[in-house]
Amino acid sequence: MQIFPRQLNYLPLVLAVAAFTAGGAITFVFWFYFSPKNLQVGYAPEQPVPYSHRLHAGELGIDCRYCHANVEQSAYSMVPPTQTCMGCHAVVHPESARLAPVRESWATGDPIEWVRIHQLPDHSYFNHSAHLYGAKAVYEDGSEVRVAVGCTSCHGRIDQMEVVAIAEPIAMGWCLECHRNPGPNLRPVEEITNMAWEPDEEWVSHQEDHARAVNPPEHCNGCHR
Amino acid sequence: MAATAYIEELGEKSLLPPGTTFNDVTESVARVTETKAPRGWWMLFLPSVALLGVMVACIGYLLSMGVGVWGNNAPNYWAWDITNFVWWIGIGHAGTLISAILFLFRQNWRTSINRFAEAMTVFAVLCAGIFPALHTGRPWFDYYLFPIPNQMAIWPNFKSPLMWDVFAVSTYLTISVIFWFVGLIPDFATLRDRSKSLLRRRIYGFFALGWRSSHRHWQHYERAYLIFAAISTPLVLSVHSVVSFDFATSVIPGWHTTIFPPYFVAGAVFSGFALVLTLMLITRTVFGMENLITIKHLDLMNKFMLATGMMVGYAYAMEFYIAWYSGNPYESWVFMHNRLGFGMLDSDGNWGPLWWSYWAMVSCNVLAPQIFWFKKMRTNIPVMFIVTIFINIGMWFERFVIIVTSLYRDFIPGSWGPFEATWIDILLYMGTFGLFMTLFLLFIRWIPMIAIAEVKMTLPHAHPHPEDDHHQPAAAAVAPAE
Repeated sequence: MQIFPRQLNYLPLVLAVAAFTAGGAITFVFWFYFSPKNLQVGYAPEQPVPYSHRLHAGELGIDCRYCHANVEQSAYSMVPPTQTCMGCHAVVHPESARLAPVRESWATGDPIEWVRIHQLPDHSYFNHSAHLYGAKAVYEDGSEVRVAVGCTSCHGRIDQMEVVAIAEPIAMGWCLECHRNPGPNLRPVEEITNMAWEPDEEWVSHQEDHARAVNPPEHCNGCHR
Repeated sequence: MAATAYIEELGEKSLLPPGTTFNDVTESVARVTETKAPRGWWMLFLPSVALLGVMVACIGYLLSMGVGVWGNNAPNYWAWDITNFVWWIGIGHAGTLISAILFLFRQNWRTSINRFAEAMTVFAVLCAGIFPALHTGRPWFDYYLFPIPNQMAIWPNFKSPLMWDVFAVSTYLTISVIFWFVGLIPDFATLRDRSKSLLRRRIYGFFALGWRSSHRHWQHYERAYLIFAAISTPLVLSVHSVVSFDFATSVIPGWHTTIFPPYFVAGAVFSGFALVLTLMLITRTVFGMENLITIKHLDLMNKFMLATGMMVGYAYAMEFYIAWYSGNPYESWVFMHNRLGFGMLDSDGNWGPLWWSYWAMVSCNVLAPQIFWFKKMRTNIPVMFIVTIFINIGMWFERFVIIVTSLYRDFIPGSWGPFEATWIDILLYMGTFGLFMTLFLLFIRWIPMIAIAEVKMTLPHAHPHPEDDHHQPAAAAVAPAE
């Protein structure tokens, strides 16, 4: 006596196909939609002042460190206080309506509430100076050069951004990619704020010397202290 | 199962009472799943479900509060959690030994108990898995333990024995479940064919995978069973060896010992047989299985416990010998002070405060089974019940002794620290009994708890007419027609 309809013979096949499809779909969702590339890159919140990095850093060519002072010597990259803005804007466009919040902050003493864009989780330790201060690489012929990571490597072409957005997936796998092979992201320490810097052939040929000089940590404790 | 009949010339006797028919076997096993549960079943089932609730509550509390609700703290980073893990994993080993190794050695007496023991293996491994999973502290990140490609670009550290554990235990669970299920197929078909309602027939029919008991089915089935027995056999030795590496590869005095793998395997089989027997004695009485699980089976299991108990006792003694022979003062300290509890007073003028756990272990594991030298005791049900309970307790203490009395006072007195279990430690351990017993009771209620087909093969009439012409040597057989 038959207790199951005949079509049930296809059940194993159907289940196998379903399992394969579902597995593939779940993998794709995690791999694509849950990736930091999808979740982080492009985050560009509206700021209280419509400040343009494209204008200041790009067209006017102000060095990053004019506002983010001492970034290569400190763990944190500071967000400039109102005083830094007013250093110029007391005389440049002093009446501009778009600068009203800056003048208000200047008058009241209340800081401008900039929205933070690049924020690492508390369990990861990051030090700007460790990346920017420069390490001494020694070539075979005995000549020395100080190498560091440029701003663009992590922050992208800030000088071309009207509104700053996250350019790279600031996530563990991405950090490790460079820590495991730092050579391609190192440049002369004098060029760290040069947004348009490109390595020449000679520089590329010394990548291994540069990587050896910085020797970034790859163990857990390097960042999770 | 290629079962051989007993050989009278060697003094072997039939395992089951003479005159047991195929129908008797089917009836007494299948009946359990077809009639109302006896009161004894409910009396065990309801408390078990309540205990399961306790376990769920404890896990919920632990997840909301963190692992700090356990007594684990520096220097006792491992305590009840790992003790319970090792204990439960060990319990499972009896099932694998009975189903795989005894099968390969053609020990027919296994047929009455293998299904039972295999089920216990599966349930015990499930209980065991809970502890390391929670022990990680943030169980929602347990997937880090598996080699899944991820966006953190990190990979499990395969140099760590804790990783070997993950693979040893998950392999063990997978193979045990498949092996158990393969053995069940013909019995599911028996239940399907006896079923009166369509639903029941469909459910058992689903699990029977279309079994029709044809020659070809049996041929494939027996080959598959043999292959799984061969795959499971190394697991009997490997799983607890790997568990012992968690300890043996470290440098803690009392752990750093080459004897650990065989010592752990013997202990696992020892404790597994004890729990199988404890539960079997209860089930046998509740469901009236005295004709299938005879005193002879129990006698053989007690011999096993006597043998493995002696092996464990040898390991205990050898640890002391090596502690002395190595000349390592830290090792001697752990054994003389932390374990035996004498020899040296600590700064407060006390003996090692956990000395009683060592002596509980020795009396339960080494002294108690000695009673099984006497056949009268091996065949006395109340005695063996009590001894198996002792062994279950003793083997838990063995793991506790190894873990806590090694950790709580090691090299530097400045880093010593006492261990005290919390209520959650105790309730969670009790709660895993709830999980185990609930699954186990559901198993004996709905799944044939004795391998019907295999038991039948050990009956004399499974080997038909031995005096018959068909079974004469080839020379005497009638030549085939041209």
